[in-house]
Amino acid sequence: MEIERAIRVEELTKRFGDFTAVDHISFSVGRGEIFGFLGANGAGKTTAMRMLCGLSIPTSGVGYVAGFNVATQSEEVKKKIGYMSQKFSLYEDLKVWENLRLFGGIYGMSGRAIAEGTDRILNELGFAAERNTLVKSLPLGWKQKLAFSVSIFHEPKVVFLDEPTGGVDPVTRRQFWELIYQAAERGITIFVTTHYMDEAEYCDRVSIMVDGKIKALDTPRNLRSTFGVASMDEVFRRLAREAERKGD
Amino acid sequence: MRCSAGWLGKRNGKEIEMKQFLSFIRKEFYHIFRDRRTMLILLGMPIVQILLFGFAITTEVKEVQVAVFDPSRDVATQQIVESFRESPYFRLVEELDDVESIHTIFKYGKINLVIVFGENFAENLLHTGEASVQLITDGTEPNQASTITAYASNILADYAASLAEQGSLPYQIVPEIQMLYNPQSESAYNFVPGVMGLILMLICAMMTSIAIVREKETGTMEVLLASPMKPIYIILAKAVPYFVLSILNLVTILLLAVFVLHVPVAGSLVSLLFVSLVFIFLALSLGLLISTLIDTQMAAILASGMGLMMPTMLLSGLIFPIASMPIALQWISLIVPARWYIEAVRKIMIQGVGMEFALKELGVLLLMTAVLLVVSLKKFKIRL
Repeated sequence: MEIERAIRVEELTKRFGDFTAVDHISFSVGRGEIFGFLGANGAGKTTAMRMLCGLSIPTSGVGYVAGFNVATQSEEVKKKIGYMSQKFSLYEDLKVWENLRLFGGIYGMSGRAIAEGTDRILNELGFAAERNTLVKSLPLGWKQKLAFSVSIFHEPKVVFLDEPTGGVDPVTRRQFWELIYQAAERGITIFVTTHYMDEAEYCDRVSIMVDGKIKALDTPRNLRSTFGVASMDEVFRRLAREAERKGD
Repeated sequence: MRCSAGWLGKRNGKEIEMKQFLSFIRKEFYHIFRDRRTMLILLGMPIVQILLFGFAITTEVKEVQVAVFDPSRDVATQQIVESFRESPYFRLVEELDDVESIHTIFKYGKINLVIVFGENFAENLLHTGEASVQLITDGTEPNQASTITAYASNILADYAASLAEQGSLPYQIVPEIQMLYNPQSESAYNFVPGVMGLILMLICAMMTSIAIVREKETGTMEVLLASPMKPIYIILAKAVPYFVLSILNLVTILLLAVFVLHVPVAGSLVSLLFVSLVFIFLALSLGLLISTLIDTQMAAILASGMGLMMPTMLLSGLIFPIASMPIALQWISLIVPARWYIEAVRKIMIQGVGMEFALKELGVLLLMTAVLLVVSLKKFKIRL
């Protein structure tokens, strides 16, 4: 049974022709854990994440998300996960509540659950007054917070966040992480990629990918002491320096 | 028990899929309605185009330059030539000596009409009561040409009538009308099928491809693909609003054509709508294909503008008759879907023949649709 482990990955590999984008990675993530998935551009993060979301079929190895095999049960996987892409992932020409209703509908929520959930989320975010505002007229930070709320609207088991805070100011980023903590407390597993090393410190555990392989995986504190450095930033730079692939 | 639970589960699943689909279609309509400017263009364009084409057509001709080839040179032909000379609409500018020069004379673009009398014209007319005369026009301007031949036929008929008053026999002058460079003598209202083809292509192919590519560009496509929504529903939901919009445009065009321009729908309306539906599906699958090959809206606009609109305008017979194109272009026009659609609509709507005369066009359209749909669905799967 896969009750304890929200994500379990063994020897997961993705090749495109001669190029091995993801090279036999193995790890597991517990329920309600905040798992930071770091790596330089081109290290294979996005490819790995796409496989876990059922968007791309692994060349070899297995991955389970919320107890379902990502290769053979991708439809089941998709029902149990939320996803926030690194590009802004809401519809700008829809109103705030219309975005919530749309994604609620896509995830098969009932009309009542959507109505109640919308009220709850808008109150929690302090957006109640913006209910009928078109998303394009919201400030970027608000949009990102709303996008995150939408991605966990259907109470997924795991939510995948692909560089969710790109381009957002530090204050809003901090607020964004408050939302992540709240979601994790409710038992939602958070799988997040980021380029901000201060955010890596907020994670329960982080993995660092270099050239398609996972070079380090531990709590931020343990990683710092293993490498004998003061910050995650230095841990990252030390590992990334060994990379042979060029970033994109 | 287990069985019924399973059945319930399945029905529930279908219901959820239906709900997903409907909420997605609603969203697509919002996209269209909220973009007021684009919507206005999409709804207004067919009206403007039909009216522009309709009123740009000259139904009046003046100062038609006439050349005559008259091997008979007898009383009858002299009198007919004289009545052309007297008519305010015609100006006799040249008398030809040989038949060959007829073909070259149009190339200089000075002559609009050549009148060719048969040999022994008066003799035939008086003895048999029938004589023939050819009216040759430049078919590259079919609207003008058909008006000119109508005027000229009138003059010939008047002359025959005046002869009949003097004598006892009913005389007949049979004008044999020939449009050079446009042998099918396409009607003046060809632009109506043409505009239909153009608009449907634009709405279905161009707008659908832009709508799909926009989601790729903004990143929402990734979110949708990571959701339980089946990709085929995403595509179908995209196509539905443009399908509705194109039906709306089709109806607008037909109403305007019938009630404002007085172009009747000569054939069966059902056949016309059926052919149009096939063409709409073809255009939608073309839009889908473009969207699988292209990643930015700008490129989608360029690809559908250059790849679809230009051939549709220039090679479909909308503006230039296909028969007067160079052979190479005629070959290329074979793969322009609008060509076949316009041809079929022309037959059904303008000529008023039954579907059985448009089977070739219908067959080609169906074949193209099938090929495009298979290729684009395959491509779309690979992209996932």
